[in-house]
Amino acid sequence: MAVKVKRRTPNRSLYGDLINILVLAGFAMFMALPLVYAVNNAFKPLEELFQFPPKFFVRNPTLDNIRDLFTLMNSSWVPFTRYIFNTVFITVVGSGIHMFVASLAAYALAKHQFPGQKLFFNMVILALMFSPHVTAIPNYLIISKLGWLDTYLALIVPAIAAPLGLFLMKQFMEQIPVSLLESARLDGASELTVFRKVALPIVKPALMTLLIFSFQSLWNMNGGTFIYNEALKTLPTALQQIVATGFSRAGAASAIALFMMIVPLSVFIISQSNVMETMSTSGIKD
Amino acid sequence: MLPDNELPIEYPKKPTVLRKTKGKLATLLKEIKRNKVSYFFIAPFGIIFIAFYVLPVLISIGLSFTYYNILEKPQFIGWQNYLNLFVSDDLFLKSIKITFLFALFTGPISYLASFLFAWFINELPRKIRTILVVVFYAPSLSGQVFVIWGIIFSGDQYGYINGFLMKLGFISEPIQWFTNPEYMLTTLIIVILWTSIGAGFLAFIAGLQTLDKSLFEAGYVDGVKNRWQELWYITLPQMKPQLLFGAIMTITSSFAIHDVIVPLAGFPTTDYAAHTVVSHLVDYGTIRFEMGYASAIATLLFIVMLGTNIVIQKLLKKVGT
Repeated sequence: MAVKVKRRTPNRSLYGDLINILVLAGFAMFMALPLVYAVNNAFKPLEELFQFPPKFFVRNPTLDNIRDLFTLMNSSWVPFTRYIFNTVFITVVGSGIHMFVASLAAYALAKHQFPGQKLFFNMVILALMFSPHVTAIPNYLIISKLGWLDTYLALIVPAIAAPLGLFLMKQFMEQIPVSLLESARLDGASELTVFRKVALPIVKPALMTLLIFSFQSLWNMNGGTFIYNEALKTLPTALQQIVATGFSRAGAASAIALFMMIVPLSVFIISQSNVMETMSTSGIKD
Repeated sequence: MLPDNELPIEYPKKPTVLRKTKGKLATLLKEIKRNKVSYFFIAPFGIIFIAFYVLPVLISIGLSFTYYNILEKPQFIGWQNYLNLFVSDDLFLKSIKITFLFALFTGPISYLASFLFAWFINELPRKIRTILVVVFYAPSLSGQVFVIWGIIFSGDQYGYINGFLMKLGFISEPIQWFTNPEYMLTTLIIVILWTSIGAGFLAFIAGLQTLDKSLFEAGYVDGVKNRWQELWYITLPQMKPQLLFGAIMTITSSFAIHDVIVPLAGFPTTDYAAHTVVSHLVDYGTIRFEMGYASAIATLLFIVMLGTNIVIQKLLKKVGT
């Protein structure tokens, strides 16, 4: 057995562990398959992209696709770095504020009692269930009434109150033992301090998970309905404009698919190793 | 730091503050004043949430009672949209069936798989765990990678599956995986399942990290014999909040399947064989510009999800008992 499983507990049979690893390995291959394919495709020359019978792995890796992508980028109206800045700015600011604001509200919902609490939480869950295809138009009207068309605000502000974030954080905050909070309060800490110094560190795994949800949705945000000014457009919009679908652009398209994946993937890896990190140090204890 | 040995930790809401705000405005105002810190905490999220999520939903529900083509002012027509949906829209009735079919096949499987994968992964050493979490979540990470399946299941002989099956001699003609109604649903369900290890899975992973370790030790002392008993009596009861989160995320996504179908099987699909309620809604909302009708569809879908949610919450209460 290549992987030595550290026995955290006595309740584990060797066979169980073996089956566990085999099952996971099998499914991991199934899950990773198209991703490996995406990476390979990005380096395939055009003739390999349309080869029959198709090959999974690249034979003669080439950087042509990536060069194509850069040529396409250089032919854009505004400097391409501008799109990258827009998306990075929206993603970083949006995720940061969202994580703070959602956790703060989640803390109050999970650990305080006040009139309207249940109603508010139910509204959050219900909002998750209503089809965004339909709310798009009222949303557009609200944003245009506010005069936010063609501003970053149109993309950042709604993302701050994404119901998913509050729901996630509230579920985790519920598990924090009241006694921990009480003892901090007895020490004279203000509610805000209790939230920041006691509650947030305990739910760090959830916070790291929220980071990836938020980052992911903002990074892939198209925003085409709210932003018409070329200089304010986001990366996905720009890429969509560049790659007119067609055979000749298939190479650039596969390079783009890879590029759009790499950044959130890196953030995800960093945040996940943080989730795992906390395991050794904490865990909720009374 | 000593744990009390009761296994399911639940922290019941203290009924100290709310002593039934029985309509008396004065008491309510007093309560609000007393809890002003809570309201300050909720305010930043709450205000934005109401403006950009609650208000649009209320407007949409309102629109569902109107004829609204976006260009002209909405005209109130009462229950007409709902009536039309059930009486004269055969395609809608068909789409309900397809939606339930998708939800039934993808929802429970993806929920169970998400949990089991998370739980299995949690047994492994840390480094491997991180890698596996990344691999399993990767399909959800990049919104559009699933179009790769379009190439794998491509209907011509260039498709991997077709190429493979033809080489082995199982088939002589390529199969139209995404356009032949006979295969379409199965193929789509495979792809949907592949993309469905998402928010719930990550919440489970994070939830497993915050478990109280001392409860496990207490469990061994009390005679928990194997990992399955440990799962049922110790792990699951502690993870109820995450289980609920995962369940609701699964409900919302498995009843709203549409975005995966379009790039793979086209829109509309052949013979409307994979026409879901959301497909129907998108058809009316963004192609025919009948927003009132589309809003009525959305409202009905919303009610269905709500009902499922109530049933699931009842089921989850039984976990660990």
